[in-house]
Amino acid sequence: MGRITLDKVRKAFGDIEVIPPLDLTIEDGEFVVFVGPSGCGKSTLLRLIAGLEDVSGGQIRIDREDATNLPPAKRGLAMVFQSYALYPHMSVRKNIAFPMKMAGLPQDEQERRIEGAAKALNLTDYLDRKPGQLSGGQRQRVAIGRAIVREPAAFLFDEPLSNLDAALRVGMRLEISELHKRLATTMIYVTHDQVEAMTMADKIVVLRAGNIEQVGSPLELYNRPRNVFVAGFIGSPKMNLITGAEAAKHGATTIGIRPEHLAISTEGGAWKGEIGVSEHLGSDTFFHVTVDGWDEPLTVRASGEVSLSYGDTVWLTPNEANLHRFDAEGLRIA
Amino acid sequence: MATKHSRMSARLMISPAVLLLLGWMLIPLSMTLYFSFLRYNLLMPGMEEFTGLTNYRYFLTDPAFFAALWNTIALVVGVLVVTVIGGILLALLLDQPFFGQGIVRILVIAPFFVMPTVSALVWKNMFMNPVNGLFAHAAKALGLQPFDFLSAAPLGSIIGIVSWQWLPFATLILLTALQSLDQEQLEAAEMDGAPWIKRFFYIMLPHLARAITVVILIQTIFLLSVFAEILVTTNGGPGTASTNLTYLIYMQSLLQFDVGGGSAGGVVAIILANIVAIFLMRMIGKNLDA
Ligand SMILES: Nc1ncnc2c1ncn2[C@@H]1O[C@H](COP(=O)(O)OP(=O)(O)OP(=O)(O)O)[C@@H](O)[C@H]1O
Ligand SMILES: [Mg+2]
Repeated sequence: MGRITLDKVRKAFGDIEVIPPLDLTIEDGEFVVFVGPSGCGKSTLLRLIAGLEDVSGGQIRIDREDATNLPPAKRGLAMVFQSYALYPHMSVRKNIAFPMKMAGLPQDEQERRIEGAAKALNLTDYLDRKPGQLSGGQRQRVAIGRAIVREPAAFLFDEPLSNLDAALRVGMRLEISELHKRLATTMIYVTHDQVEAMTMADKIVVLRAGNIEQVGSPLELYNRPRNVFVAGFIGSPKMNLITGAEAAKHGATTIGIRPEHLAISTEGGAWKGEIGVSEHLGSDTFFHVTVDGWDEPLTVRASGEVSLSYGDTVWLTPNEANLHRFDAEGLRIA
Repeated sequence: MATKHSRMSARLMISPAVLLLLGWMLIPLSMTLYFSFLRYNLLMPGMEEFTGLTNYRYFLTDPAFFAALWNTIALVVGVLVVTVIGGILLALLLDQPFFGQGIVRILVIAPFFVMPTVSALVWKNMFMNPVNGLFAHAAKALGLQPFDFLSAAPLGSIIGIVSWQWLPFATLILLTALQSLDQEQLEAAEMDGAPWIKRFFYIMLPHLARAITVVILIQTIFLLSVFAEILVTTNGGPGTASTNLTYLIYMQSLLQFDVGGGSAGGVVAIILANIVAIFLMRMIGKNLDA
């Protein structure tokens, strides 16, 4: 079981309040992703849950039990660090065995779990190596193996893939998702890569300066962002945000339209502009279009084979049904 | 440094330095060797003659030699044990955040800057003196009999004085090593359920292994030749109770004016030091490989 409840949890370092009082419930078996810009308090929140930092106020409950003042080892949580934090002088086998050894598990049970984890994570051939002799991806798998064998109530990941190259990251992303499906254990995953957030999460928590901006499923956040910040943060490439007279026409302070909800045409449309840089990805092409009289260029998605080039004049038409409107406070207008 | 070419040029470029050092070492060494085969007493100048191994026979059969050998070993091992264990404890303490950390760290390093003769004299006269010393006063205040450190436990007292001098060195090296330990490793171990004492033995101590090796190797070199502390405190006595090899050689060549015998002792000391060095490198040198 791994239901984690944060009740008015607050954290301050000295005079600086990093996390103002915050409520959050993480259901058993859920894959929750914390996203947010750098320095917004994601790691701090995770470390509060882990017990590596003391809360300045509020309560943390794990499975209804008050865990606020429990030491990390007693919370039944396992953490995978960004730097892997493997023990360099121990072999992979000893690294994975370490938490079980500390818990005093019988030797044969330890062996059984090590074999299981090694097989699941493709580490069988590397058990007798030292961490220094492994590649980044293998090290990350050892760190995950060390977490798995404890059979924790929940896994905590702090940007576990940020030290890996792009291709490996995609592979490990799938492996972690698969692991979650197989174990059905609660996982809390911190990242600032919003592709990771979108692809892996059951539930995304968007943080800004320690505040929760929105909680919801990836598609909920994508389709109905609660405010301008979430709208701009979720989605890649970013949503186009337009202010000024054009927004006022729609009865809003800011309007947002995603690149795929803009139609591009050489004959006519709502907004006339000029093509700037274009990014050809094969399946899609993204055009950066400067609309006459607006400062910010708009990003437009077109299918892969559009023959438009730098300096061409085009017209853009937003799909009204997919237009997001926000008021002066930045909140969504329903 | 992988290619044959770069290794070649590296060798070529360090060779002048190596040759210079070799000459620097070889000339005094060969002169010592040469003197050790002579009957050479400063009281009878101009009467040097070749005597073969006689000097060695006298030196090695002298009962003082075995006493000095054991004293040397006891001194080195004793000081190493005190400084390594004490150094680890102090480093752990200084690694904690506390008020006035910077000043305390400087104070801890201070003994290293005091000359051996000065510190030994301070210990002898201000602390260990059975009449005026602080320890004697403390003992009297508690109603105990003052303890005459330098005559009752001469070697132990010298081990104490030398340890006091070398503790800062060990502490400093171990502290920097401790600070280079990745905090996330400790946090991971904490989450894995290791209490502090297990974190120390499973994570910190293995991390410190290399620094401890450095401390042992460097200190051994210097501790084999401790001299000033003995000269100003016990003069090697009572009897030979605190005479080490260095001090024995000094007595032989400068107090008895026997340059030949002293040189033979010097050669024996060099051989012994090399045996120690080989043993040390065999035992703990592998810790230095990255
Ligand atoms: N030990 C500390 N003492 C003081 N301030 C801290 C401490 N740890 C973190 N902070 C501050 O708390 C804020 C949140 O830090 P945190 O590490 O949680 O950010 P983050 O969201 O994980 O960022 P990133 O994505 O860069 O990892 C930052 O402004 C940071 O400066
Ligand atoms: Mg972080």
